Amino acid sequence: MTVDLERTISITVNGVPREATVPVRRLLSDALRHDLGLTGTHVGCEHGVCGSCTVLLEGSPVRSCLVLAVQADGQSVTTVEGLSRSDHQGGQVLHPIQESFRECHALQCGFCTPGFLTTIAAGLDARDPSVEITEEEVEELVGGNLCRCTGYANIKKACRHAAETMRAEAGR
Amino acid sequence: MKPAPFAYADPTTVEEALDVLTAEGEGAKVLAGGQSLLPLLSMRLAAPTTLVDINRLPGLDRIEAGPNGVRVGALVRHAALLASAEAAAVQPLLGRATANVAHPAIRNRGTTVGSIAHADPSGEMTSVLALTDGSVTVATPGGRSTIGWRDLFVGPLETSVHGPAVVLDAFFPALPARSGTAFAEVARRKGDYAVCGAGVVVTVDDDLRVTAARAAYLSVGLVPEVHDLSGAVAGKPVDSADWAAAGALASGLVDPDGDLHASADYRRLLVATLTERTLADAGAEAVARALEAS
Repeated sequence: MTVDLERTISITVNGVPREATVPVRRLLSDALRHDLGLTGTHVGCEHGVCGSCTVLLEGSPVRSCLVLAVQADGQSVTTVEGLSRSDHQGGQVLHPIQESFRECHALQCGFCTPGFLTTIAAGLDARDPSVEITEEEVEELVGGNLCRCTGYANIKKACRHAAETMRAEAGR
Repeated sequence: MKPAPFAYADPTTVEEALDVLTAEGEGAKVLAGGQSLLPLLSMRLAAPTTLVDINRLPGLDRIEAGPNGVRVGALVRHAALLASAEAAAVQPLLGRATANVAHPAIRNRGTTVGSIAHADPSGEMTSVLALTDGSVTVATPGGRSTIGWRDLFVGPLETSVHGPAVVLDAFFPALPARSGTAFAEVARRKGDYAVCGAGVVVTVDDDLRVTAARAAYLSVGLVPEVHDLSGAVAGKPVDSADWAAAGALASGLVDPDGDLHASADYRRLLVATLTERTLADAGAEAVARALEAS
């Protein structure tokens, strides 16, 4: 059994296999930003309260400041940069929640936005899109993230808008 | 801030984990979900020399629900316990309390057993372990042992588990027949640390009269305690039981501290209110379950 101070790790980030050699105390949030150059993930409180750094680990939202980079070795991570999808014509289309944030003016300074987008996108993707979203569901989707600009009203509006878009798409 | 430097090992067997913990000595700490430990490291409130990550140990991610109770492995995330209909059928408090544990992103990573081993007096699952009269299984180099909740919790963030040891699982006994439960808490933001929380169990007899009412609280004491409130309501039919009297009794039994978020008196008021509310719900559920069984 080895006890290490530094390790080389392999993480599939947004579908791309990446490798980095990191001190074992490196937080996943810092590994993404500093070692892999993906600065879309924002680091706010750095102790799990604000939700800005939320990424998807094996598809589920987690605080990347509360996971060590070495713990993500061999796993897949999706950051805000990975929420958009290919449009099969050489371009990218935004996730419905990203479109809805723009549509509903759900951000002001934008610092907390990556955490909201990853959390809500995973929540919306996991639910049955044909069912109308409830107010309780919306509150559960946004409840773990802090925003100091918007007062949340437009973020919740964006959630409902995105759910409606996905419902319309599912109905087609 | 960032965690102070430490060494890291991720063993793949319990024996290997115990070997590393033994070799690294007192500065070694077990890492499971990390949702309480990593904030402590980042705030430099803890600085272990070695982290022994148990996430690669096999077989600890199982929930075993049987007629006697629910055994929750050390790597079961709160989200998995919350989603387990089998666990909720045997002991409904598990799902009800887990729904109040932090936010979904924390529940996806944090473990139920880890939060018990962390022994935070504001944690939900420590109180549920107490209220259900549960226990944990601990592996040490000397062998495996079972520790009941009364012997486990020593003080805030302190358990009787010392030295090289890994808590392998927690066992929550099944809800007895003709009983109902409820769980509620008050927090500044849903999912944040509770200013006060209450879990209760009410049992009725065949005539639907209350035979027992017990409660455990969050954030009102240094260690989880179970309070017997039967004196205020025993013998009364559920629909005319004076739950407020039981709430008043409870507020006299607890000894909360005041802090930045709430004074001791306010916490006592919350204990009374939450007790009354949860007992009424649990009483109604006990009646429903008694009628269902008869």
